[in-house]
Amino acid sequence: MLIGLAHYLTVAAILFTLGIFGIFLNRKNVIIMLMSIELMLLAVSINFVAFSVFLNNLVGQAFAMFVLTVAAAEAAIGLAILVVYFRNRGTIRVEDINMMKG
Amino acid sequence: MGVAVAARREYSAMIVQAILFYIFAVVAVASGVLVVSARNPVHSVLFLILAFFNAAAMFILIGAEFLAMILVIVYVGAVAVLFLFVVMMLDIDFLQLRSGFVRYLPIGAVIGLVLLAELVFVVAILGHAIVQQGPGAAVASATGGLPVTNTRALGGILYTRYLFGFQVAGLILLVAMIGAIVLTLRHRADVRRQSIAGQLARRRAETVEVVKVPLGAGSD
Repeated sequence: MLIGLAHYLTVAAILFTLGIFGIFLNRKNVIIMLMSIELMLLAVSINFVAFSVFLNNLVGQAFAMFVLTVAAAEAAIGLAILVVYFRNRGTIRVEDINMMKG
Repeated sequence: MGVAVAARREYSAMIVQAILFYIFAVVAVASGVLVVSARNPVHSVLFLILAFFNAAAMFILIGAEFLAMILVIVYVGAVAVLFLFVVMMLDIDFLQLRSGFVRYLPIGAVIGLVLLAELVFVVAILGHAIVQQGPGAAVASATGGLPVTNTRALGGILYTRYLFGFQVAGLILLVAMIGAIVLTLRHRADVRRQSIAGQLARRRAETVEVVKVPLGAGSD
């Protein structure tokens, strides 16, 4: 009955998988893809915090904060690019993002 | 007698903690499922907020209060509202974007299940290998004497050993802010704005012109 490290890691694993599943499922919607990436980063943070607490080492929580920072920056930049793209093209379909023909 | 009461109290606290953990975990996972499968992206964002709240509750349960508060402030207060703002601002036909939903379902499910199985195997092996020390002891060793909270201990490590990383994190946020502003700033041709640089760069030669006007002809 005691909640241990494995419980938290399992929840994080399920959330991470849901994030990857969401990227596969919403192949055409960039906004949901960004949200799935946020979900994956949240799962990573849960892993960091769980290990930090159960290993008696605060470094994990410090790195969870850095993950949070990067997630916030990524969301801001991603959504800004999305807004500019929508302003220029009038759509956010992923298949249409091929202007550079790379 | 007293020992038995204390033991029973500790046991019931453990039970309560377990029940709360399962509630939060189940709600977090369920809202994660709804994030990726909701029909309306606004609902997706709202379920994302619910997932973040439950993750914050789990952080509090495990003893990381500061990160829980930061999670609520940063994710719910900033990131999720940003998502909500963009979803509502862009006029998009979301039903059309969902057209390949069923087609991508099988491959996504297969890859997701394989990954989940791998992760659960790792957790099942690793989770028992690591000594279960229990939460709460992490903060005690950071500072001596004073009553140590999670926030104080985290500050003690963040501002000393990880000062460089902390500064880099601030720099990343600064770059993200400037980048987002530069990307979305739009100069409209029909709006007249004061150009201070242009005003300061004016020279006499390019602004004043001396014209010799013939008598009786006028100037144009």
